[in-house]
Amino acid sequence: MARVAIDVLLKRELLDPQGRAIERALPDLGFAGAHDVRIGKHLELDIDAEGDELAARVAAMCDGFLINPVVETYRWRVITDDERADAAADAPTAVDA
Amino acid sequence: MGARVGVVTFPGSLDDGDAATALRGVGGDAVALWHEDPDLRGVDAVVLPGGFSYGDALRCGAVAHLAPVMGAVARFAADGGPVLGICNGFQVLCEARLLPGALLRNAHLRFVSRPVDVDVVRTDTPFTGAYPAGQRLRLPVKHGEGRYVADEATLDRLEADGRVVFRYAPGDNPNGSARDIAGVCNAAGNVVGLMPHPEHAVDADLSEGTDGRPMFAGLLDLLAARV
Repeated sequence: MARVAIDVLLKRELLDPQGRAIERALPDLGFAGAHDVRIGKHLELDIDAEGDELAARVAAMCDGFLINPVVETYRWRVITDDERADAAADAPTAVDA
Repeated sequence: MGARVGVVTFPGSLDDGDAATALRGVGGDAVALWHEDPDLRGVDAVVLPGGFSYGDALRCGAVAHLAPVMGAVARFAADGGPVLGICNGFQVLCEARLLPGALLRNAHLRFVSRPVDVDVVRTDTPFTGAYPAGQRLRLPVKHGEGRYVADEATLDRLEADGRVVFRYAPGDNPNGSARDIAGVCNAAGNVVGLMPHPEHAVDADLSEGTDGRPMFAGLLDLLAARV
């Protein structure tokens, strides 16, 4: 079994109004120097497959359902437990506590 | 009773009732179809109504386009059957690749709910035959994700092939749609999708005008002539 992370963004040539709104807001919020903001989706799922079969299943799932290739692009990778986006932040050490 | 026109209800459809009422108002026999139906019960045309099918999970129309009834809709469309997608129904048809392009978040990020002026660009579809070419309609829109997009080559091809069926009047594009496109059709012209709601503009007591009524009346006339 593999833990798969899939990142989805709108194609670069398409307007991402959310990204644009955040980009415009950042300087006023004191976060200068950030550009080309794009907001997409991050999916994580366990898949009962490995290697080539895993790649084929992820591609079929993405192209047939999870993404719309007319307007979106994606990248995927196998991740470890520590690489999950919902992995606990560094646990407080005894010293911090 | 006139021709039988199916109105598909997905979980989360909202405007199926209004679509059926609009069809009955012009003498049609509105047939309720359910998303799990494996066939279309022999109807003569199909309407995919507005709403938020499956709660817009993943993307608008993404789950609905894989519903069992959509396999039957695709076969019906391939055989030349008239199919109209309104708002969420338009999104479903795009997800199903029965229409080109896609509908994304409104450019200004706000949900828009107001009447807009829409020009009928193409009149030789099953749904626009009752309008004179260039007729300007006043129809309500109500959506957060109605910005029509397609790559430039596709947009050029749609324009060249006369597949832009409806266009927002100059200055009245409510969502940032490419080239003011409000509705398109497939290559054969029998599948039409649009974001504005003709089914909400059929009763002068309930809406501003009745400009949507000829879309349904024209369909019923066409189907009656075929019998």
